Amino acid sequence: MIRPHRKHTLWLAFILHRISGLALALFLPFHFLVLAYALNDAAALDGFLKWTDYRLVKFAEFGLVFLLAVHLFGGLRLMALEWLPWSHSQKTLAATAVAGSFAIAGSFFLSAVS
Amino acid sequence: MKHVAPGGSAQFENTLKVSVWRSDTDGYQTFLVPQQDSQTVLDIVTWIQQNDDPTLSYRFACRVGMCGSCAMMVNGEPRWTCRTHVSKVTQNGGLEIAPLRNLPVIKDLVVDMDPFFDKWVAAEGVFEPSLTRNDPIEVADPTTVQRQQADAAIECINCAVCYAACDSVAADPDYLGPAALNRAWSLVNDVRDAGGGPRLDAISGAGGCQNCHSMGSCAQYCPNDLNPTASIAGLKWETAKSWMKQGWLKW
Repeated sequence: MIRPHRKHTLWLAFILHRISGLALALFLPFHFLVLAYALNDAAALDGFLKWTDYRLVKFAEFGLVFLLAVHLFGGLRLMALEWLPWSHSQKTLAATAVAGSFAIAGSFFLSAVS
Repeated sequence: MKHVAPGGSAQFENTLKVSVWRSDTDGYQTFLVPQQDSQTVLDIVTWIQQNDDPTLSYRFACRVGMCGSCAMMVNGEPRWTCRTHVSKVTQNGGLEIAPLRNLPVIKDLVVDMDPFFDKWVAAEGVFEPSLTRNDPIEVADPTTVQRQQADAAIECINCAVCYAACDSVAADPDYLGPAALNRAWSLVNDVRDAGGGPRLDAISGAGGCQNCHSMGSCAQYCPNDLNPTASIAGLKWETAKSWMKQGWLKW
């Protein structure tokens, strides 16, 4: 349960950025494993890529792209917040980051299942 | 429906169920407090102490939102209790009142503010004059961007609401915290101040402004509508500029 003092947009943007970063860090070893297959073992790579025909894996890919998008936009939001002249539109930026992430992940999902 | 307040003989039309943190039992004690119009959370605590349990300890002074001494956790959120209307924060017909988060508890609702003010000193939050009394007074032009940034950060009443709201403080007890850094930012922008170099060193070291994760809880809860997150972002930019000038460009 989210404690009462954390129920505001910027804290939620923070935790989304943190969790997406951790999830992507967990994914990285698998990413490098497949990259290694691409370089050294074509048969193993083909076998691995067959998994992507399954809908469940497609959905997992959607999740992955969502995490990437949410982390990218969250990072851009942070850089804008800390490196550009301050404005009171942080909450709008946070909302835009989430909306942009959904748009990118959603469009990827639609193109993957079509 | 009428209730009888525990320990008191008076009867009241409407009562509020108030859970108050007690340090002797390390838990909450429930009181029934009569409800009144325009009642503040500080009124509630005062009523309990004056009518029900005189051993209850809490801290207040001005009761008009100037001194910054009456902040407490109200239903899990840090608030200045003298300016917080009960009608706006009551949940399920009750209140839960606890001492401020992130500070050691002395007794009941009273916290030790020493760590909070020690960090003001550690952040070089003291004005360092650039002139002596024999020099003519230096005019601070209120129309400059720098002065406006200093003014935007200067109205802090040291209530520690931001400090209690901050999860970075909770995670790292050495972190200077939003109030001290906000104070440093107001001095960084004060053209009359001469403490810039040491102050920048103080706020860029361990526990300094880079520990802020921009969660924004300080700005969310500041009762004076200050924005310490913005001040800390400004300090981050100043330290980055200083690093680029002193280190990175020479690299």
